[in-house]
Amino acid sequence: MHIVVCMKQVPDSAQIRVHPVTNTIMRQGVPTIINPYDLFALEEALRLRDRLGGEVTVLTMGPPMAEDSLRKALTFGADRAVLLTDRAFAGSDTLATSFALAAALDKVGREFGVPPIVFTGKQTIDGDTAQVGPGIAKRLGLNQLTYVARIADLDPAAGTITVERRAEGGLQVLQTRLPVLITMLEGVNEIRRGGLDDAYRAARAQVVRWSAADAGITDLASCGLKGSPTIVKKVFAPQGRAEQVRQVPTIDRSADELAADVMAAIFQTQPALEEDLLRFAAGQ
Amino acid sequence: MIEEKFDAIVVGAGPSGNAAAYTMAKEGLKVLQLERGEYPGSKNVQGAILYADALEKIIPDFREDAPLERHVIEQRLWTMDDTSYVGMHYRSDDFNEERPNRYTIIRAQFDKWFSGKVREAGVVLLCETTVTELLRDTQGRVIGVRTDREGGTAFADVVILGEGVNGLVGQRSGLRPELKPETVALAVKEMHFLPREVIESRFNLKGNEGAVIEAMGTITDGMTGTGFIYTNQESISIGIGCIVSDFAESGRTPYGLLEAFKRHPSVRPLLEGSECKEYAAHLIPEGGYNAMPELFGDGWIVVGDAGQFVNAVHREGSNLAMTTGRVAGETVVWLKRRREVASKANLAEYQRRLEATFVMKDLKKYRRIPDFLHRNKQFFGVYPKLLSAAAQTWFRVDGVDKRAKEKQIFQSFREGRTLPGLIGDALKLARSWR
Ligand SMILES: Cc1cc2nc3c(=O)[nH]c(=O)nc-3n(C[C@H](O)[C@H](O)[C@H](O)COP(=O)(O)OP(=O)(O)OC[C@H]3O[C@@H](n4cnc5c(N)ncnc54)[C@H](O)[C@@H]3O)c2cc1C
Ligand SMILES: Cc1cc2nc3c(=O)[nH]c(=O)nc-3n(C[C@H](O)[C@H](O)[C@H](O)COP(=O)(O)OP(=O)(O)OC[C@H]3O[C@@H](n4cnc5c(N)ncnc54)[C@H](O)[C@@H]3O)c2cc1C
Repeated sequence: MHIVVCMKQVPDSAQIRVHPVTNTIMRQGVPTIINPYDLFALEEALRLRDRLGGEVTVLTMGPPMAEDSLRKALTFGADRAVLLTDRAFAGSDTLATSFALAAALDKVGREFGVPPIVFTGKQTIDGDTAQVGPGIAKRLGLNQLTYVARIADLDPAAGTITVERRAEGGLQVLQTRLPVLITMLEGVNEIRRGGLDDAYRAARAQVVRWSAADAGITDLASCGLKGSPTIVKKVFAPQGRAEQVRQVPTIDRSADELAADVMAAIFQTQPALEEDLLRFAAGQ
Repeated sequence: MIEEKFDAIVVGAGPSGNAAAYTMAKEGLKVLQLERGEYPGSKNVQGAILYADALEKIIPDFREDAPLERHVIEQRLWTMDDTSYVGMHYRSDDFNEERPNRYTIIRAQFDKWFSGKVREAGVVLLCETTVTELLRDTQGRVIGVRTDREGGTAFADVVILGEGVNGLVGQRSGLRPELKPETVALAVKEMHFLPREVIESRFNLKGNEGAVIEAMGTITDGMTGTGFIYTNQESISIGIGCIVSDFAESGRTPYGLLEAFKRHPSVRPLLEGSECKEYAAHLIPEGGYNAMPELFGDGWIVVGDAGQFVNAVHREGSNLAMTTGRVAGETVVWLKRRREVASKANLAEYQRRLEATFVMKDLKKYRRIPDFLHRNKQFFGVYPKLLSAAAQTWFRVDGVDKRAKEKQIFQSFREGRTLPGLIGDALKLARSWR
């Protein structure tokens, strides 16, 4: 069975900072990673492949450097990587992103076999919309299964799939017909490390690179900035709180003294807390 | 297991491993390189000064695209007491040459760049892959490595160990003993960010000119060690390091020393208003020639810090790493051309070639220095204090006549160190330096 996993390369949000003056996001020097949610989708796809045979293709739309993430996915054990990269895609919102990815998936199907299952992550850590998966499903006419926690059953011969979907108030068990698009929930599995063979293969593999034209996209008006009705009007950092960081020097202080220093520093800005604690202690 | 057999496996993607891998791949050898870090440089710490000469011999046109920070035009040597420093500064416009001699670099970026060149040359690099042991045949010849990945063995004609100072593979495989606390320094380092104009005005620089400070004295609190301050484009690297056994004895902490160094009245203004964004600690092998382990054997060669190739007095390490890596690579290529096996006898060529370079000559010349500095702590405490007091006596104008001042200075040295002590120190120093 051929399975495709859509993955996005994102800046490691743990290391992003907002410029204090211009309020713009400082991406310079921030390492990029595979969108963490997408790793759950990838691992699920690899498990299905290991069980049923077949191939896993990873697909990313992004700048040329997104190749690093694809190579990493190959190290984890994916069989093929496709990078959709073109200036025409710059500035894509979710509508334009799902348009381009749907077209690329079409082409992937023609080149490497039509995938009965396409995976995406639940959402990204930078855009956070959770719209791209459903957008692809709609455009390609795939049945969509979102927020999937577990694939309970898959019968390729009968063309059916049963999954557990987390929903408000409980777990739903859903069954539908292939082909499907699944958006995978976080925390449901753990990405494997990949063996030495996988690492070796990944280091030498050719990542397939497609421009818009290569992917058979002719409607450039639906791509990138032109095809994106959503506009980011303003990016701003939330107002910092009034409290300030206080540093307590640690040199030449015993643990007890340090603890006393820290408490003193806290009480200095939170006199009410000190009173409460004293009252509490007196009450005992 | 990787089915293919390689001409060479290189352990580590620091300067030594990269130099070896690059040299061999350029000559058409099939090379596999294994690095435990997430990417080359992710685990590496250095001041860092890059010495152009060693790299030029590997990648002559490296200046075209290597991530270099500033070229060094001014070198300051400071002998410090608690409130002062006595300095020797050498600044020369001659260092503003077309092919500058020394650069400050940021290792994480530099290693990434170097590794890019290595891969372009055809080396297959696998990251996040730790070598756990050497594989041997029944005769004890090294024939490959085992890694921590599943199915993790790979085979080659020769294994080059560029695994750095704490090279566990070599230690575990019995190629060399564990590090001794007296022969290794622990250094801590911070990166302080400042706008480039601020750095340039504080250090009197323009464009990409850089200045570096090496410091010794009471900053190490009587222990054998040194501190450093290097200018990058938009940051200042500051660090300090001492011999590990000294830390153990004194109970002082490395970060405690660094905090005090940063608060020194001569240092604080240089860092004023900066933001510290990175903290790192790393070992430096400082045992020199006498601490050098065996450098080669049947099927293996050691390069870089793993072989104790550091000249602590001159703060040279990465250039020795690159040079030993290059020479090891050239030796393997030479053997391959002659269709000879990488036996211990044949790999002796590596050491023969190294003897002809500055690496072995310098380390031999300074072979007595590490032990000398370890035993003579007066150079890190008493003398810096005496020197500073003497300078102060000399420069302060206070109605005392100059002859009396001379006497006073001489007297202070005699009291601080006694006459035989002074003469003995001078003789010992001269003898070790020879
Ligand atoms: C700082 C910032 C600025 C932005 N500026 C603009 C702007 O100026 N104009 C504009 O139109 N839009 C802008 N965007 C939106 C951006 O283009 C979206 O991030 C993008 O369309 C994908 O949406 P998402 O990240 O919310 O993905 P989600 O819908 O949250 O992603 C769900 C899943 O879809 C898959 N997926 C998503 N993207 C890709 C991809 N590229 N390749 C492969 N698979 C993918 C992944 O599996 C992912 O887990 C901006 C976003 C950010 C964070
Ligand atoms: C604070 C400080 C300042 C310094 N300043 C300077 C300076 O200004 N100029 C200078 O020339 N030198 C300086 N040095 C010394 C210099 O950093 C070293 O000499 C140099 O990095 C040695 O290179 P190497 O390749 O031998 O080892 P390393 O750079 O340590 O590289 C070893 C590599 O091997 C990897 N590795 C280790 N074990 C394994 C394993 N089992 N499997 C796979 N991979 C493994 C490590 O992750 C690492 O990437 C300084 C050192 C320190 C600590």
